[in-house]
Amino acid sequence: MDNEMPPQPAAEGCGHNETRRNFLKQSSLLTALALAPGPILKAAEAELDETVAAAFEKVPLKLDVNGKKYKLSVEPRTTLLDLLREQLHLTGTKKGCDYGQCGACTVHVDGKRVNSCLTLAVMQDGKKVTTIEGLADGDKLHPMQEAFLKHDGFQCGYCTPGQIMSAVACIREGHADSEGEIKEYMSGNICRCGAYPNIVAAIQEVKSGGQKV
Amino acid sequence: MNQFQYLRPTKPKAAIDALARDTNAQFIAGGTNLLDLMKRGVMAPQKLVDINKLPLDKIEKQNDSLRIGALALNSTVAEDKLVLERHPLLAQALNAGASAQLRNMATVGGNMLQRTRCHYFYDTALPCNKREPGSGCGALEGFNRMHAIFGFSDKCIAVHPSDMSVALVALDAAVLVSGPKGDRRIAFADFHRLPGDTPQKDTNLEQGELITAVEVPDSPFTKNVHYLKVRERASYAFALVSVAAALSLDGQTIKDARLAMGGVAHKPWRLSEAEKSLIGKPATEATFRQAADIAMRGAKAFKYNEYKLKLAPNAIVQALKNAASVA
Repeated sequence: MDNEMPPQPAAEGCGHNETRRNFLKQSSLLTALALAPGPILKAAEAELDETVAAAFEKVPLKLDVNGKKYKLSVEPRTTLLDLLREQLHLTGTKKGCDYGQCGACTVHVDGKRVNSCLTLAVMQDGKKVTTIEGLADGDKLHPMQEAFLKHDGFQCGYCTPGQIMSAVACIREGHADSEGEIKEYMSGNICRCGAYPNIVAAIQEVKSGGQKV
Repeated sequence: MNQFQYLRPTKPKAAIDALARDTNAQFIAGGTNLLDLMKRGVMAPQKLVDINKLPLDKIEKQNDSLRIGALALNSTVAEDKLVLERHPLLAQALNAGASAQLRNMATVGGNMLQRTRCHYFYDTALPCNKREPGSGCGALEGFNRMHAIFGFSDKCIAVHPSDMSVALVALDAAVLVSGPKGDRRIAFADFHRLPGDTPQKDTNLEQGELITAVEVPDSPFTKNVHYLKVRERASYAFALVSVAAALSLDGQTIKDARLAMGGVAHKPWRLSEAEKSLIGKPATEATFRQAADIAMRGAKAFKYNEYKLKLAPNAIVQALKNAASVA
């Protein structure tokens, strides 16, 4: 299914964004003058056969998120996490520390678990992203979601989407063979409520259940 | 995060050109450290050159070495069959670093280029000669628990945080780089530098130079190896002290040895004299203790890191015992 998001309108003519845009234009003027010939021309000269964007330009981005295809337009400094939450409104993925220390933002990119706060959305062009919203099969919860419920693998729940995405990857990678191994390979996900024993129990149950994750 | 110009070249030459012309540009690969630093305002490049489309991620066997592409992921290298077979010490060191998520993002080239985790470097309200040359070293008279005991200067006492690099320096690796002036090869031991009067420079890379690969020469260190990392929690923390130990044994006699430490200096700290002292000796605790004493010559502590003067030699002995399977 091609769920095409319209490119974000350039911010001209919309409230405070306009002011910001104008400020950026003005502050970029010096750079622009210094850059003549413009960045695109300069890029051609340097054989930059791919994407080039000035600081204030948005970059086109194609992304598959939970099986939906998006054509987007993003500012280069947007992290994958902010894109998911702010532009795609997939707020299941949480922003905890925003510095790659807590794991609350864990998603899968091309099947690998990553911290979505420490990567730029534009760096994921053409890739397949799975978030917590994409884990269940319709109304049927993923076995790991079931196991977290059964074992009470959370209290406040803020770290849970990241824990579950990480836990699924942990089993897929083959790093869930013992309690010790699970603890080591889940160490990138912090739970301030301290639900760790229950999280480990949930992962062990899914692992020993032998279901396809 | 400040705004920046974004480029995504597909050829190494284009990437190098893009950086060579602009001193305020940075390559970005995994981004796990650079974006962290950009969010905090510690680094503010005006241009990011995304090198992820460059064909630099292969791990290949060569005549007498293993060539690991600069863009190979830390997790990929740590689980690679050739790496596990030939350089298990490198796999151990990689798995001791960061978290599973970060190892899925961080690249080999980026790992060796990561910046120190010194709090004074990270906190833009505090003085730091590495971040802002001439502003002073806050750690010198400050909270210096994590800091260096070797090779520091009065300008900087920070340590290099990489685990992978400790294994690579022990294994006599070489760094292959391409730059505006052509290609060159840097011995791993000469890649990182000591702070001296210019702690803002972590490495001997020149402007516009791109790491393309790391070469690890074949060695007999395929079995009796151990990477020991001592940290404040069992996993996912930077080292207080780490030790890469590799032995080549003939029965119980040490034929050859490699030893390096992390968390003790501005660069991965190779212990050549201690290595020499091991050769020809029996693989016993007494031998290892003697090597550790040699390794610690010249170490000097600051107010809060005196514990490292005890921890480091004990870690060396333990790593060697583990490598030799001595109880």
